[in-house]
Amino acid sequence: MAKAHVYQRDHVNTDEIIPARYLNTDDTAELAKHCMEDLDAEFVKKCGAGDVIVCGDDFGCGSSREHAVWAIQGARVGAVIAHSFARIFYRNCINCGFYPIELAGAIDKINDGDELDIDYEAGTIDNKSQGKTIQFTPLPDFALEIIHDGGLLEHIKKK
Amino acid sequence: MPMTITEKILARAAGKTSIRAGDLINAKIDMIMCHDVTTPPAITMLKEHGIDNVFDPEKIVVTPDHFQPAKDIKSAELHKRLDQWAKEKKIRYYYKLGRAGVCHALLPEQGHIRPGEVIVGGDSHTCTYGAFGAFSTGIGSTDLAAAIATGILWFKVPASMKFVLTGSLPKGVYSKDVILEVIRRIGTDGALYRAMEFTGPALKEMSMEARMTITNMAIEAGGKNGIIGFDETTKAYLNGRLKGKTEYTVFESDPDARYVHEDTVDCSKLEPIVAFPHLPSGGRPISQCAGKVMDQAYIGSCTNGRIEDLRIAAEILKDTEVRIRTIVVPATPEIWKQALDEGLAEIFYEAGCVVSAPTCGACLGGFMGILAEGERCISTTNRNFVGRMGHPRSEVYLASPAIAAASAIEGKLADPRKYL
Repeated sequence: MAKAHVYQRDHVNTDEIIPARYLNTDDTAELAKHCMEDLDAEFVKKCGAGDVIVCGDDFGCGSSREHAVWAIQGARVGAVIAHSFARIFYRNCINCGFYPIELAGAIDKINDGDELDIDYEAGTIDNKSQGKTIQFTPLPDFALEIIHDGGLLEHIKKK
Repeated sequence: MPMTITEKILARAAGKTSIRAGDLINAKIDMIMCHDVTTPPAITMLKEHGIDNVFDPEKIVVTPDHFQPAKDIKSAELHKRLDQWAKEKKIRYYYKLGRAGVCHALLPEQGHIRPGEVIVGGDSHTCTYGAFGAFSTGIGSTDLAAAIATGILWFKVPASMKFVLTGSLPKGVYSKDVILEVIRRIGTDGALYRAMEFTGPALKEMSMEARMTITNMAIEAGGKNGIIGFDETTKAYLNGRLKGKTEYTVFESDPDARYVHEDTVDCSKLEPIVAFPHLPSGGRPISQCAGKVMDQAYIGSCTNGRIEDLRIAAEILKDTEVRIRTIVVPATPEIWKQALDEGLAEIFYEAGCVVSAPTCGACLGGFMGILAEGERCISTTNRNFVGRMGHPRSEVYLASPAIAAASAIEGKLADPRKYL
């Protein structure tokens, strides 16, 4: 079961997700140690495998650094749910085979610590703690294909 | 069907006569910018996937800039990976230490940016090149790897927003103030997924350097690209400068093209602006914030590290002495040399500033001017996010080189107009 880590914030940026002082490496395990460090220094300790980050608008704004996605993947985060995503971060997620979930009002529908069960095919989030099922719009087919193939390069190779 | 300049460039790159916002297209890439943070991982990905192909070694420009000269062992390893790859793939335009510079200042200066082209780079501020009437956007490492290998990327055609810049800039107000005002109005996601097209008579009075400051910060409003149409100023800048192919195609928006948002900025009414932490949208007129104590001034970056910026700073710093740590970073070796030849370097030295080698340096909190806990920096850079220049509890205030220089003299936010 995935636990929600809710940040009542818009514009959580790439500098907060992975500060530039750690960009001298592209080693995922190393980056993962500092995931979300400048937003919540305790995040890596709190986050269990498959847990979910929940935020407001414009998540991932700022730099084009894919290191932000790698840090999140490396920290074993299962999904990021946000009201909206910054463009380059959103694209980087898909390219890395990581599903960004756009959900209006996410930070009002999900409380910190809620247990979630996400069905990506159906486009539903089962909020076990609140006993409610939340719908989200699944990614368009071409993006789903990339994610199913495990990322853009695998997708290109397959083609 | 009427189209915007962005739609026309993307249509050409997709081999179509007409496209509209929202269309998904595969576009041919004309130029790729590679630097030392996002390209080494792309190189590794390509190797790991057994992809050896480089689509065109003439259409890739490589320059280390973020952590150059190498700031530590790990960044030296990134540079080594970049260097070995660039040599092995015989990348035609590879700028090594001594010729390398901050990418978005270097590529236009060295004649790699042509109007009408589709340009991508592994850096969010790649939108800078839109000042030349090109479609230019930042991408991550995986897209970069795909572009390097295939020369093609998919795009969703962005809807366009139009910003008409009217009036003349008053003394002490610059293009940096214009873009900070635009971002203040629409917010850091006000242009999310959209093209930001700048037009209007005020642009006619701006140099290419000043225009690049505007398109550079399109990403700070969430924009996919920033774009300014071609004119005589563009032509004069490009004349004799272009490397490789010297011909290019000029596109312009149709008069009845569709925009999802239109706004006018009367430049004559602007005053110098400072964007307060921790978002670039936090702009305040200097008259409302002068006096806030600073610990450091930073004049440099792909936003404001060009020769014109250094001239503005030097004019204010001449025959004075700074009260706080002041770091001047010419963005490229040519700018560095020009600063020396024009006597600007001496002015900075006499005023007590340090002049560094070209690097992105402290702009992104790499090195060469990192902030301690609680410190504040007035900076000509583009982002003031939490921890951007150092400690998570340090603060960055964004402004023009004039405000940075005036503030360096007083040790607090200062109105540059009294020094001009």
